[in-house]
Amino acid sequence: MIQAGQPHSEPILSVRHLTTRFRTDLGLVTAVDDVSFDIHAGETVGIVGESGCGKTVTSKSIMRLLPERVSRIDPASKIMFRGMNLATASESRMRSVRGDQIAMIFQEPMTSLNPVFRIGWQIEEALKYHTDLNRAQRRQRSIEMLRLVEIPNPERRISEYPHQLSGGMRQRVMIAIALCCEPDILIADEPTTALDVTIQAQILNLMEGLKRKLNTAIMLITHNLGVVAQVCDRVLVMYAGRVIESGTVHDIFHRPQHPYTQALLESIPKRGRREHGKRLPTIPGIVPSLHHLPAGCRFAERCRFRQDQCVDHEPELLETSDGRAYRCFFPITQAPMAPTIGGSDVPA
Amino acid sequence: MSLLEVRHLVKHFPVRGGVLNRVVGHVHAVNDVSFDVRKGETLGIVGESGCGKSTLGKMLIRLIEPTSGTITYEGQDITALSHSQMMPLRRTMQIIFQDPYSSLNPRLTVRSLLKEAIAFHRIVARNEMDDYITELIRRVGLRADAADKFPHEFSGGQRQRIGIARALATKPEFIVADEPVSALDVSIQAQVLNLLMDLKDEFGLTLVFISHDLKVIQHFCDRVMVMYLGHAVETLPCLELDEQVRHPYSKALLGANPIDDPDQRRPLTILQGDVPSPFHMPAGCPFIGRCPDVIDRCRAEMPPIVEREPGHRVACWVANEDVAEPAAPAKSLG
Repeated sequence: MIQAGQPHSEPILSVRHLTTRFRTDLGLVTAVDDVSFDIHAGETVGIVGESGCGKTVTSKSIMRLLPERVSRIDPASKIMFRGMNLATASESRMRSVRGDQIAMIFQEPMTSLNPVFRIGWQIEEALKYHTDLNRAQRRQRSIEMLRLVEIPNPERRISEYPHQLSGGMRQRVMIAIALCCEPDILIADEPTTALDVTIQAQILNLMEGLKRKLNTAIMLITHNLGVVAQVCDRVLVMYAGRVIESGTVHDIFHRPQHPYTQALLESIPKRGRREHGKRLPTIPGIVPSLHHLPAGCRFAERCRFRQDQCVDHEPELLETSDGRAYRCFFPITQAPMAPTIGGSDVPA
Repeated sequence: MSLLEVRHLVKHFPVRGGVLNRVVGHVHAVNDVSFDVRKGETLGIVGESGCGKSTLGKMLIRLIEPTSGTITYEGQDITALSHSQMMPLRRTMQIIFQDPYSSLNPRLTVRSLLKEAIAFHRIVARNEMDDYITELIRRVGLRADAADKFPHEFSGGQRQRIGIARALATKPEFIVADEPVSALDVSIQAQVLNLLMDLKDEFGLTLVFISHDLKVIQHFCDRVMVMYLGHAVETLPCLELDEQVRHPYSKALLGANPIDDPDQRRPLTILQGDVPSPFHMPAGCPFIGRCPDVIDRCRAEMPPIVEREPGHRVACWVANEDVAEPAAPAKSLG
């Protein structure tokens, strides 16, 4: 479907029509609505969007980490990984995938490490489930991993508890746990949002280096467009549960097609004399509630190019011949357009 | 003319420990910070978590009592004022907090939480109260029916607008904005920054804008003061930041920020290590643990603040090597 980066290689993860619903007090909401994308080995795909756009639910759906009591992945969704459909895989099957072939790091390293176990134990836990290493080998491997993520004195640190480490160190430990089984895909959900900017630089640098060393594919979820510009190869922009645009990082930043993408980029404060102290271009209004989605385009209410058509009908995700896709009747610049409709390769 | 003059401001928090809960040490949150804020300007204070920027902001309006040092507001040393003498100044000096979720009383409607401040400081007569509140709410970009809602009924950006209306309600001259946009999404952040910019012009406000985001400060402020571990390490005009920056920590802050353009990718500046705990202050320069250019003198002595050029003050032995022996501290801290 979306092909860029390595057009000839088979995608390692292929998501088609992912739809995830939640049961709430106010009725059923569709947090992720018909999302399709591919990830290839060794590439970094960014998923950007504002709070509530569905980026975290997308990643947790892939990992099947959502509480089954209140959430449901639509049976028509396909999450294809190594010939398996993760959307319908059994829990025991998922347990062998999670942490071994697909690993995840979260925004809050403070709450995702277990406070009552030493960090060495927490790295060894993953090795115990997913490898045949014996206890001494596991310990050795844990120390190596801590060294790989540049934690000083790993032999001593391995027997410390999470509260003895700083925020940046804890995120390094999370990365060490995620990478200790050399996963094919690393899902990083806002990995640097809680960190200071100098620590963020260390972590981004580290992830970039490890990606090169291990050829891991990275799915990076973030609302920080600077981080996206710095590390991603391709980008998906989400809005109110939908993918509204996707393409290479250069296309998205320099030739955005969807008015939301363009407005989002314009609203970041710019450095330099020309813009200093000037009013920032803004997007009026707020994101629509998932309980009251409009009939037409979900961005129409806030869009500066809105026409009657946009209010009445929701545009399909259109793919262009150069591997981009956007969901808009009136894209910013009319690029040559292939008459295919998003996901037409899989019967609905 | 300076509206606010801060001299040698220090805040040490006692740390208690042990079975008897005795004071076992002090956290040096703010160490000997001096600066001026001119009338009508916006001073940005930037630094990483734990650098003391919020403590400093709260001390400026005496929400935290300083350990030592003076804060002079319009010629009056406010650190010496009693609680009741401080009251009229509380009207003119206001604060906007980062977290609009926790800084608004959840059990009061917007109208009653605005009314509290307006009535206490007798800003308008009782019969004009409702009109004044309606006008305030309209001015910060909320609909008139917002007055009778509770804080939980609003989104984050709208709640921050209420926090701004609350600060404006007493017709202040000076506002400390402590990370006012950090909790907001980027499109909402732009809306709130624009609102602050408009209000500043309309009411002639003087602002101290505290943020960890150098990009926001560079866009919004006239001058920036960079803090590290309780010390003000560099102060300079925002427009000169990119070219004139001298302190290695300010340089690292600039260089660690990714640029919003994939064509301008560059290796990010990597500082080794973490910010040390303000409980165990290093001797000498506070930055030695992470600084790329340490010389022997840095370990032995705290570098003095040198005014390299009018309005550009740097505390670093290496960056100031080209300047002759530091002159006596300048009288006015531009």
